[in-house]
Amino acid sequence: MVSPQKSAKSNSGDYQPQLQKRYKIDRAFQIISWMATLSGIVVLAVLVTGILIQGIPNLSFDFLVSPPSRKPEQAGIWPAFLGSIILLIITAAVSIPIGVGTGIFLQEFAKDNKIAQVIEINISNLAAVPSIIYGLLGLFAFGRLFGFITGGRSILSGGLTLALLILPVIIVATREALKSVPDSIRMAGMALGATRWQTVRTHVLPLAIPGIMTGTILALSRAIGETAPIIVVGAAAFVPFAPTLTIEGLQEPAFTALPIQIFNWVSRPQEEFHAIAASAIIVLMIVLLVMNATAIFVRNRFQSSR
Amino acid sequence: MQSEQSFASTATEQQSIFRVDNTDYYYGAFKAVRGVNLEIPVNKITAFIGPSGCGKSTVLRCFNRLNDLISGAHIDGRITFHGEDIYSKGVDPTELRRRVGMVFQKPNPFPKSIYDNIAFGARINGYQGDMDELVERSLRGAALWDEVKDKLKESGLSISGGQQQRLCIARAIAIAPEVILMDEPCSALDPISTLKIEELMHQLKENYTIIIVTHNMQQATRVSDKTAFYNAEATDSGSKVGYLVEYDATENIFKHPQNEATRDYVSGRFG
Ligand SMILES: Nc1ncnc2c1ncn2[C@@H]1O[C@H](COP(=O)(O)OP(=O)(O)OP(=O)(O)O)[C@@H](O)[C@H]1O
Ligand SMILES: [Mg+2]
Repeated sequence: MVSPQKSAKSNSGDYQPQLQKRYKIDRAFQIISWMATLSGIVVLAVLVTGILIQGIPNLSFDFLVSPPSRKPEQAGIWPAFLGSIILLIITAAVSIPIGVGTGIFLQEFAKDNKIAQVIEINISNLAAVPSIIYGLLGLFAFGRLFGFITGGRSILSGGLTLALLILPVIIVATREALKSVPDSIRMAGMALGATRWQTVRTHVLPLAIPGIMTGTILALSRAIGETAPIIVVGAAAFVPFAPTLTIEGLQEPAFTALPIQIFNWVSRPQEEFHAIAASAIIVLMIVLLVMNATAIFVRNRFQSSR
Repeated sequence: MQSEQSFASTATEQQSIFRVDNTDYYYGAFKAVRGVNLEIPVNKITAFIGPSGCGKSTVLRCFNRLNDLISGAHIDGRITFHGEDIYSKGVDPTELRRRVGMVFQKPNPFPKSIYDNIAFGARINGYQGDMDELVERSLRGAALWDEVKDKLKESGLSISGGQQQRLCIARAIAIAPEVILMDEPCSALDPISTLKIEELMHQLKENYTIIIVTHNMQQATRVSDKTAFYNAEATDSGSKVGYLVEYDATENIFKHPQNEATRDYVSGRFG
């Protein structure tokens, strides 16, 4: 340790700023991170361009609303497109209320004890479990155990399985969003004689909604691109009819989704099928873009309304 | 919590609204403050002074049980409000907090309109009267009305720090509390805003009991009727524990302190 007297007396000769060297390191890191960004963008651009070139010529309204076919020029994605949309609706309808509710409970109401810590660690770990495992879990839970409700291997089981898959992500995102709301807001609310729920609902949650939305949309985007778990619970590669939004329709054992249709076409030898696979990929990307745009729109509305 | 009448009828407690009996304050296993005995007189201003970390905020936050929000925080002892133990089963902390309001060190208005900042507490507590009238009355009570009357719909965060703090005071008095706890309410404010809030406290004293934590000796002498001086001392385990050194009329604390530590502190010769 340097004594206070000595350090106080030290003159500027003791410091060697080495500015040139530090600026060089600065530049080096700037270049490295710039190259990292660039390589990502280049790969993405090549992929997207390739798909656009291959896929755009076949994109048409007929392509969207036709069933798949053995003849590539007649094939469409209607069952797969509707299947993906319905899966998305089921997944969102189940995972958002349960996930956000759990997140609110854990962050705002649960006591910080051993049990809560164990649950927390478990949820974080669940978010890292491979999706095929969720498929097997879904097959057992929804396909067999609750088969009398879901109709066994069906689109309903698929949606529930995907909901299970993204539940941990939504819970974690909700908790992180709530954590970022300063405690002074909670203190202010409670000090006015508000109950905990009144404080959370009127002051904490509105501040956390943008974060919750971002996490949820990312999770749903992941769900819509999943193939493995829904194949396990019964998604088929060739389904010529579209699902219907009735109880029977949801329990129908044959369903498909866009990623599965795409995979099926890509794995065929004919070049024509590869082309319509690219078209289907474009549709999937548009669905994702629309979802993200909606999220940003809702988020901005929330932010400007306070 | 029971009806107002049952509180008022405790004749022995008429002069003091709060009474702290030999109370220790803990955060988990850590004892932050030990052995506090204190009576807070009704419709007076009581100041808490003392060096940083001696536990003034801790003691203050227990009067409305806001320390319940901090996990692990608990007390060992007895704090009564109108003669009733505030930690007893019969006391509802939510109702206690309506009657014992609080203003924090950092102004913390809700990120909502000025109007809603005040209306919120009234709404959740089932206020039946005219809301516009209450908002105006509360803002006038906090000496803020003239400055914000034309922008009630604007965000509570869009006004200056001093105005925000007065908004927080308006918000606190809108729910008609009996006591207002203030934790260094002027520490982030300029001298003029500080003066405004001190004048305000003098007016509020007519109807409210005020407990204020302050690091500003002049402020304590200017506003308070009684002053409690806290200090901290090292324990055998090496941590520090706060305790109440001296509690008396403000004039006595500053002019004729009984304790040497008090004398050093109020004369600025401390540490
Ligand atoms: N939330 C908390 N959790 C754990 N310990 C705490 C917490 N808040 C305060 N303490 C501890 O309690 C002791 C008293 O703190 P307190 O905030 O009451 O002091 P203070 O007198 O208000 O200080 P200051 O004048 O700096 O505001 C300190 O040792 C502090 O570390
Ligand atoms: Mg403090």
